[in-house]
Order: sequence, then structure tokens, then C-alpha cells
Amino acid sequence: MNSLDRLEAHSVHILREAYREFKSLVMLWSIGKDSTVLLWLARKAFFGHVPFPLMHVDTHFKVPEMITYRDQLALQWHLDMIVGENSPALAARQTYPDGALSRVECCKSLKSEALKHSLDGTWPRKRMDHTLGHLTNEAKPEAFTGVIVGVRADEEGSRSKERTFSARDSQNEWDVGDQPPELWKQYKTDFAPGTHVRVHPLLDWTELNIWEYIDRESIPIISLYFDQGKGKRYRSLGCYPCTTPVDSTAKNVPDIIAELRGGKFTNIAERSGREQDKEDGGGLETLRRGGYM
Amino acid sequence: MSKSHQHEQISIVMAGHVDHGKSTVIGRLLAETGALPQGKLEQVRAQCRRNAKPFEYAFLLDALKDEQAQGITIDVARCFFKTAQRRYILIDAPGHIEFLKNMITGASRAEAALLVIDAKEGIRENTKRHGYMMSMLGLRQLTVLVNKMDLVNYDEAVFERIRKDYTEFLARLQIHPVSFIPVSGMQGDNIAAGTGAMPWYKGPTVLEQIDRFQTSRFPDTLPFRLPVQDIYKFTEQDDDRRIVAGTIETGSIAVGDAVVFQPSGKSSRIRSVEYFKGPAKIRASAGEASGFTLDTQLYIKPGEWMVRADEPALQVGTRLRVNLFWMNRAPMICGKTYKLKLGALRSTVKLVEILAVLDAAEIGVDSAKQQVDRHDVAEVILETPKPVAFDLIGDIEQTGRLVIVDNFEIAGAGIILAKAETVATTSETPLLDPAGAHGNTSKFAVSIIALSGVDNPDSPALKRLISQNAIVTMKTMGEGGGEPASLETVFKLLKQQGFILDYQI
Repeated sequence: MNSLDRLEAHSVHILREAYREFKSLVMLWSIGKDSTVLLWLARKAFFGHVPFPLMHVDTHFKVPEMITYRDQLALQWHLDMIVGENSPALAARQTYPDGALSRVECCKSLKSEALKHSLDGTWPRKRMDHTLGHLTNEAKPEAFTGVIVGVRADEEGSRSKERTFSARDSQNEWDVGDQPPELWKQYKTDFAPGTHVRVHPLLDWTELNIWEYIDRESIPIISLYFDQGKGKRYRSLGCYPCTTPVDSTAKNVPDIIAELRGGKFTNIAERSGREQDKEDGGGLETLRRGGYM
Repeated sequence: MSKSHQHEQISIVMAGHVDHGKSTVIGRLLAETGALPQGKLEQVRAQCRRNAKPFEYAFLLDALKDEQAQGITIDVARCFFKTAQRRYILIDAPGHIEFLKNMITGASRAEAALLVIDAKEGIRENTKRHGYMMSMLGLRQLTVLVNKMDLVNYDEAVFERIRKDYTEFLARLQIHPVSFIPVSGMQGDNIAAGTGAMPWYKGPTVLEQIDRFQTSRFPDTLPFRLPVQDIYKFTEQDDDRRIVAGTIETGSIAVGDAVVFQPSGKSSRIRSVEYFKGPAKIRASAGEASGFTLDTQLYIKPGEWMVRADEPALQVGTRLRVNLFWMNRAPMICGKTYKLKLGALRSTVKLVEILAVLDAAEIGVDSAKQQVDRHDVAEVILETPKPVAFDLIGDIEQTGRLVIVDNFEIAGAGIILAKAETVATTSETPLLDPAGAHGNTSKFAVSIIALSGVDNPDSPALKRLISQNAIVTMKTMGEGGGEPASLETVFKLLKQQGFILDYQI
């Protein structure tokens, strides 16, 4: 087994463990490369099926191609897809692009808050109707207590400290200093009632591993990651007002791999195009403590 | 990076006593292998200037705010770098005793270890404790870095004394370190490049050493062991497969092989190896997160083991002699019920006896203790309500391990030393009544066999018993009732009752 085989087996094991242990399980799907690899790994784990719903939090500031790609894949792969959003904030134009909030505040509102209330089922959600072929309002949103998330340890400091199975209390708080041990493929799968659990099957993957795996498995990836002829591409996908494309002429997956292996991006942080990280001397860490993924 | 190595990756844990300089060594390694994001070094330097603190490489790692305030690594941070040889995942394990469970988390996923000792302070409590943990975790590939050599004037005698003392200590744990390297994380001596400061040292630098570490190989030549994680039947899109899924711990298996599930004892044959999107497979081996369909429809539950019928089976029993370490604040107490996780099995379990409590730092034995406290290492007897299947650590390391859950937390982790003897209580020994035994020899034989838990008529111990005592007959085999007990117990009772003169097992 080479490194990719090992990473795949490790992630599949974790996904199966999560499916075995949690009754109300959901997987977050940001449409980006990492969570799409995670989705592919779920199909590996369950032999072509994805036996739990996927949740996408729509900020309405996503690049439009992302939504088209999302719905297409959901229909094609028979995915049980749920979409949540912060409709009151969007209706009242309480956002960064509307000039009402700072970037970090906007992330908190449109992502963290929307996610929290979509997960606990207190806000209205939409769900893909495979007969009709589009999203419809969900009649009775259920609460999820186990959430599978595609974060990687190499993305930034706070993510490098994550456990594979990580508890958040009812306030969604994370006690970094007191985390459970994980050893010998045994994870913390027992939780006090009211605890929410995040499951991180991709922790050990690097950005390069992700692209190598996409290449090996021919996973369909959104074209925003590739240069369309203007010498620019996205390296990390977010909302368009806060995500800057990078200068790159990588037109396909092998080009990106070459770029990461020895080229121009070896020493530039992947999230350097994500503006919210730069606020507050550690914006992402502040966000993550408050429930950002 | 050469083509052949572009996929090779190895995890290394950094361990050692608090403040002995692990993070500084890692920071230095990252900086000198060019692994730092552009501007990161400058950013940290600027931060230090603002806070009027001298720059330290350790700050690079201390990515979290509260961690920098305390100045100690509180959790396992992973960093990534590469050499011309291959890619590395470096796991920075905390040296503070409070964070032992974090150190264990880090060390358990590593294939090799670098243990840092402060040349000035020498061997400290956690230097020893971490050595002990590595031995229990099965980590055998260890290099010791004697750090802060600049603070002892690069004195060879200091280095040699630490090397001698720690080598002796590790030998008692059956660990034989690959090498000792004198370094200075602060000055960069012998980290990525050699140094003129220690002409007496002729060995490799840290970078050269880690490039020599061997990646762990999957144990596919051992007997096949699959902890059954789940059984799937997804009917969507007319899928009618019933798939036994799990990650293969050891060995290999192929379509057509006869299999046995333990402890249920059910058997079948492999019909297919299932894999989503990839070439058809007829074989699967250690390390793979696999799936199988069987020739027959069996009712088996997650938590069982699937083994090959033509290979040695696991042990089955209710009492396990275990060497475990305890991580929870609340001690482990005799008689209390805990949750056991062993492979894919979940069961309740009781601590029934504490044989010895070892002081992990000193490896002394305190056999008088009645509970297992936080950070203790203890040899104990655990008992499950129903028979469970397991391997002994001396037979198959991967499947001779277990963890104990207390109050929703993984609180203890242990290695299985032996199947423990079952103690026959008085209520279970009416058949050992001398009158009954004299009156009905066959009945007595049944009671011995049942109590001993020996189901093999060819068992050497049973044969010896037969040769020593004519009242045992083989005909009545398998008709016994009662709880299984150990041969030792049975023999002891027999001796007490005057049926045999002596015994030997």
C-alpha cells in the first residue's frame, strides 16, 4: 500500500466508525475539493452508497458555478442533500458585502450561525427532491449530533490540533487543552447526552495528497480550481467577496500537482486568498472556537 | 523528489520531558527543510519584537494563542515537511505530565520516535515515562536527541553519561535505540547540518537519521484478523449485497477461503472482495479497509472477528490478564463496570484484581495498591460477562490491545498478556465433592473438563492429568456444564482433596 492507499483506508475506517456509532449523522459539503474527496471516500466506505445526508450552508455569495456543480452531482450520485442558510440576515442585508459587518462577523452570521441552526433543525432547510430534480422545503428538519467535516491538519495551526472524533459541548465550544486520547484505531465514540461530535476523516491528508487522490480516482472537481485562460484560478473556495484567485496557469489536475510539488505554491499558505483569516490576528481560530468548521 | 519516493511518507513523534526543547528542534527542522509558509518566520519574528520576547523557533509551532501564553505544548500538533528522500509528518507530543494522553495520541500513530533530553537537566521523570509508553505502544524505532549541548559547552562526557544511563533504562523495557545524537535546537547544531562545535561526534545529523528510519510494513504474513466493524445491506438502486466490512489488522485472505467468526464460531466462505471504483479484487490484506460477501447468509454482529479456518484462531475467554495505563482523573476501581473496546468489539468489563501497580517513571512495583490512579501502569485482571475473542500481545501485537472507557472517555489502554485463569467459586464446585467423585467417575471427568475450559481432548495438560489420575475418562467429553475454570484451579482443588499428589502445568 502506498501513502494514498493508506490515507484512503484510514479515512474509510473513520467514516465507517462514525456511521456505526452515530444515529443522526450528517456530512458537510462545501463543494470544495476537500469535502468532495470526503464524499468520494464515503462512497468507497459504503460501496457506492452515501448512507447519510450531506449538508451545504449557502451564504448566497458563493460563485454561481458552485451551486450548479453541487446540484448536478447531488442528482447524479443520488445524494440526500440538505441546504441551510441564514435567511433573516440575508433578507435584512446584514452582511459584509452590504457593508453592515466585518468579514469575520459576516462569516459568523452567514456560516457559523446558519450551520448551527441548520444542524439543530431550528431553522428552515431545503432538501433535494430526486423525483422533482430540485430542492424543496424540508417538512420536519431533524437535529444532527454527529457531523463529518473535511478539515485537514496542514491547513492552519488550530486545525493541526484537532482530534479525529472531537466533542463540542451544547455551546459548540472546543476545549483544545483537554481532548480525548486516540490510539490503536480506537476513538472517542461515547458521548454524554447533548454533546455534538465532529468527525474529521481527512486530518492526515495534505493539500498535495488531496490533488494526487483526485487525479488517481478521476474525481469530478469544480472548474474554478483551474485556469480558464486568464492566468488565474482559485486555490481555496469561499465566498467571492472574500476569496481572491491566485495567479496560476494550471489548467488541470496534473498541472496543479506539479505546481504544489515543486512549483510556485510550495511555500505559500493555501488559505492565503481567504481574507477573513487575516482579521483579528487569528481570525480563523476565533471563528473555529465559535463553531466555524 | 525522485519518482520512486514521491508517495513515501512516514510519521515521527517527538517526545521528551517538558522544556527539554522539542518544539525548538521541530521549528528548526521546518525552517531548514524549507517547509515554512512564505512570510511565516518573519511574522513570528515580528510578533516577538512587538512583545519584546527573544525569537524562538518553538513559537512557530505554538500556533494557538493560549498555548503561547503558557509556553508548553498542550496538544499534538502535526507538521509536514520533506527531504530529498520522502515526506514527513512530524507529531509534536507534549512533555508535560498533565498531557500524557496527548503524548500517547501522538506516539500511537507514529512509526518512529525522536526523544529529546536536555543535556543540562539530564533524564527526568517524563523522559522515563515516555520511554515506557513507547514500549507499551509498540514503538521500537527510537533515536534520542541530547539537546541544548551549547549549554554544557558541547561536552562529550555529558553526552556519553546520558547515553549510557538512558540506554540502560531502555534496555529494561526491551527498547534498543537506533542512535543518540548531540544537538542544539537553538544553535542548529546537528539538526539539518553538521557542526564544528562537536568534532568528537561522527554520527548522522537528525535529518540524516530520520531519512534512515524504516516505514512500517503491514503485517500481511501473520494470521488473518478482521475486526467486523459493520455488516451493510444498502438496498438503494437494487443493491442486494450483504457486505461484511472492516479494516484488516493482519494477514491476507482470498476469494474461496474458508472463514470462522469468533467468538460465535460460525463459519462460511469468502464469495467476493468488494471495492468501489477500481479493478476487481480477489484478495485483500493487512491495512485495507475492506468488504466481503460470504457464500452463506450468516447472522453475525459487529464486534466479532473474522479469521481464516486454516490459520490459528484467537483466544476466547472471559478473564484477561492485562498491562494497562490509566489516564482519567478518577481512578480505576475494583468491582466497577467499565466499557471495553477491543478491535471492533464493545462489551462491559470489570476490573476484578490488581496484581501490581508499576510506577512508570521508576519502574518500581507497588503491589499493595487497591486502585489504579491516573498515570499509573498496572497489571490487572479484567473480566467480561460473556466470552470475548482476543490475541495475546506476544502472539499478534495489533490484536492484543484494548482500551477501557469510563464516563464516556477512553480512560485506559492496555496490552493483553495472557488469558487469565478463571477462579472456581464454591457454588461452582459441587462436582468436586469427594463422595460424588468416588461415586461417579465420569461425572467427575465432566466437571474437570468443563471447569478447565479445555475443549480439546488432546490438550497436553489434560493428558498429563489423565496419566496421573485414572478416574478421568475421555468418553464424557463435551457433556459438561458449569462455568469454565482454569486447570490450575482444578488441580489445586484436586490436590487439596487428596485425589492427586502433585501437578505440573
